[in-house]
Amino acid sequence: MGTTASQLGKDLLSEYQELTFLTKQEILLAYKRFSELLSKDEKYVLNERVPMDRILTLPELKSNPFRKRICYVLSTSDSTNGSLTFEDFLDLLTAFSDSATMEIKSHYAFCIFDFDDDGTLDCGDLEKLVNCLTGETDETKLTAEEMRQLISNILEESDIDKDGTVNLSEFQHVISRSPDFVRVHVY
Amino acid sequence: GNERRKGASRAEEGESQTRPERIDRGRRKRTRSHQDTKGSEGDEEVQPKIQSGRAAKTRKHTKNEKTRKKEEEEKAEKGEGKERHGKRKKTSASKKEREEVGGKHTMKEKAQEVKRKNIIQQMNCIHNSLSSEELEKLKEAVDERKKLIQALRGKPWPIKKKCVILRESQEFVEKYEGALGKGKGRKLYAYKVLMSKALMGRPYGTIPRKTVPRAEATSAMDFAVLWDFGVSCIITLTLTTSCFLQWPFHATFRKMCFQGYAQYSVLFYGYYNNQRAVGWLKFRMPLSYFLVGVGTVAYSYMVVIRTMARNANESGVGDDNSFNFNWRMFTSWDYLIGNPETADNKFASITTSFKEAILEEQESQKDDNIHLTRFLRVLANFLVLCCLAGSGYLIYFVVRRSQKFALDGLENHTWWERNEVNMVMSLLGMFCPMLFDVISALENYHPRVALQWQLGRIFALFLGNLYTFIIALMDEINLKREEENIIKFNITVWEASLFNGTVSVNSTAPPVTIEPADVPRGPCWETMVGQEFVRLIISDTMTTYITLLIGDFLRAVLVRFLNYCWCWDLEAGFPSYSEFDVSGNVLGLIFNQGMIWMGAFYAPCLPALNVLRLHVSMYLQCWAVMCCNVPQERVFKASGSNNFYMAMLLVILFLSTLPAIYTIVTIPPSFDCGPFSGKQRMFDVIQETLESDFPAWFGKVFSYASNPGLVLPFMLLMVLAIYYLQSTSKSYKEANMELKKKLQTVVQNMFPPLVQQSCFNVYF
Repeated sequence: MGTTASQLGKDLLSEYQELTFLTKQEILLAYKRFSELLSKDEKYVLNERVPMDRILTLPELKSNPFRKRICYVLSTSDSTNGSLTFEDFLDLLTAFSDSATMEIKSHYAFCIFDFDDDGTLDCGDLEKLVNCLTGETDETKLTAEEMRQLISNILEESDIDKDGTVNLSEFQHVISRSPDFVRVHVY
Repeated sequence: GNERRKGASRAEEGESQTRPERIDRGRRKRTRSHQDTKGSEGDEEVQPKIQSGRAAKTRKHTKNEKTRKKEEEEKAEKGEGKERHGKRKKTSASKKEREEVGGKHTMKEKAQEVKRKNIIQQMNCIHNSLSSEELEKLKEAVDERKKLIQALRGKPWPIKKKCVILRESQEFVEKYEGALGKGKGRKLYAYKVLMSKALMGRPYGTIPRKTVPRAEATSAMDFAVLWDFGVSCIITLTLTTSCFLQWPFHATFRKMCFQGYAQYSVLFYGYYNNQRAVGWLKFRMPLSYFLVGVGTVAYSYMVVIRTMARNANESGVGDDNSFNFNWRMFTSWDYLIGNPETADNKFASITTSFKEAILEEQESQKDDNIHLTRFLRVLANFLVLCCLAGSGYLIYFVVRRSQKFALDGLENHTWWERNEVNMVMSLLGMFCPMLFDVISALENYHPRVALQWQLGRIFALFLGNLYTFIIALMDEINLKREEENIIKFNITVWEASLFNGTVSVNSTAPPVTIEPADVPRGPCWETMVGQEFVRLIISDTMTTYITLLIGDFLRAVLVRFLNYCWCWDLEAGFPSYSEFDVSGNVLGLIFNQGMIWMGAFYAPCLPALNVLRLHVSMYLQCWAVMCCNVPQERVFKASGSNNFYMAMLLVILFLSTLPAIYTIVTIPPSFDCGPFSGKQRMFDVIQETLESDFPAWFGKVFSYASNPGLVLPFMLLMVLAIYYLQSTSKSYKEANMELKKKLQTVVQNMFPPLVQQSCFNVYF
């Protein structure tokens, strides 16, 4: 596809690069993948929105239990239908990129986990989160008693102001100390 | 902060515009006329600045253009400052309120725009010079904008919003920085932009290093292999360079039959000549051999300790278990999974880990029957000790037997009897850990603790075996030395007989040329030691590969194909596929490295052999994992940081180099082979070098420095320093814990709720 570079203007490309953690090649690759999702007549309309069900056919998102939440959170559409433009798609990629800062990642993670979009993770959010993580089948679900125990343990560990919910700073406090988040720098 | 909020509100209003307008703005460079014709709300705030800028540009011809620009900008700033003030009074940060405020501002802005136009017209004839204070303010504004541009990337806003802010701020900066610095600022800015575009388009100073997120335990093995490989490489390099430096100057050696050829190759100690200075470079071969040997050990110590320090630094709170449940919930999903089967596996393992954590928590709160558990644990430890003692004795017995065989002559015995020692050691290494695993079922520990005990026991097993082996080796060395004495005696007799036979009374007879190859060679105990180690490593390698092939590959084949005609489900039930045991493999690598360290002094090319072996191992195990293994059901890291394995490596390094150092210091080298032959002790080479190659005063200084009267107080001083540092570090840790607790109580007592930025504001 030799014409991709020309479809994405140079100015726009460098602007995207300055505003995201992606390199130019990554942005061009993203553009290529995104345009594969567009149908023929949509390809030439700028800033076209791709509906969520087409986004979810991407193999990288297909098996992700949070795929729908990701689309909802990153979509900038006026109706909450989870459709993404190319710029939203870039936002998605930059949030998951290796070079993104911990602040960005934790911010987006918090938004994704906040199922009811009220700005905090309360019991309902945590329950839905656990159900997402344990798969949808009945064999792998936790019992109600286990769920209750789990949520109370979680809140005990991370809820500093004891309001029964986990807010963004508490979330960031927990995540920044996780050994998986501590990065090994390769010199 | 104010700038950003202002920019944010502006952009938010921009978002409420219809899409085509936004696209237009995005697509073309914003032309002034285009902006002029817009009467829509969102532009109101943007326009005044641009208009003022435009007005300023049209007055380029006037003399006081610069000062007027500054003044008018400053007035605009003042106006904005008032706005900002007004905004600051509002304490809530919720999105809706901001929008309301923004709406009010548009009305205000209209009024202010008119005001500004008037001011600009008035200023046309005013000849003002700006005070330095106002210049400062302008500079500050420009700096803030620049900071905003650089920080934009890290803001969790949609790209659309960021684009607007970026363009605006860039324009602002370009215009006024240039004005401030008489064009120098502009050039500097352009240079910066150019450099940043050249350096991968990122603002300079923010190029992120290629970071690798801390991977799960499964890749710790790869890491350990690479690390091991690296260290082996460096050791090999040092040894090979020292080898090659004397390659052209090797002593003559008789090429014996193939079986013994390797004995005389560069692989072993005996190859090296004891000539003091070799070739035209006057290469001090014995000295170099000694120093390289000592140097590799020192280098290994340095590398291990530095890695440990770095690990400890980075994961300072790594061993902290305080957010166990939270971490399991928030960070357990692997976002790289794209395969539905893998996703199912992951779901299952996450569920298991949740259930286990919950169970653990419940059980830790009740402790019943502690006496029974204690008794069982003591019993288990006793059994393990019996195992270890048994294996140690077995090895000793086998080594003794092999000595007897050697005396009888090796040809009379079967292959097994000849290689008994190595085979027994390898087999013990294979079966004892399984036994330990079974015994540890009695103990009922937390899996991580149980894993640590298991690793500790395997460690003890390996050490015990190795040391028994070395003790047996010592016996052989003594045997060889006795043999040597006998041969020395024989040589003198033989030489005497030669001379007696040929020399007549006349003393001017030509000296008898003795073919070097005919001289009876002494048994070279060092080469023998080297040979033993090489054989050990090779048999260890072979055992590993055969276990891999049979235990993993053959098992997988059987399970897969017999499953069709078997009564129970082989895949889910008894044999099933073998799991990839990370900790076991890492331990194997560590032990391998220990053996290399031990044997490297006597078999200099051992590291090179090991590099080859590691290469092959890596590819073989990579294939085996992909083809025949399943992931572990429960992944428990032995510790939060990598330091557990590093600590083991350090201990092994210490214990491995101990025997070599002992032999260097106590046993006199062979009389006719190796670089130290003829000397009383191997380290005499240093003494010699000091005496002959360095000036006299150096030797004196050295002898003073190595006086025990000086060395002992120095060691005492170091012990005191260690004690002091340890007590300081303990007090720091305690202070840390206190601060943590304090933080918790302080936050709990604060006014609820803290004002937080929520994603709700950003997106709706």
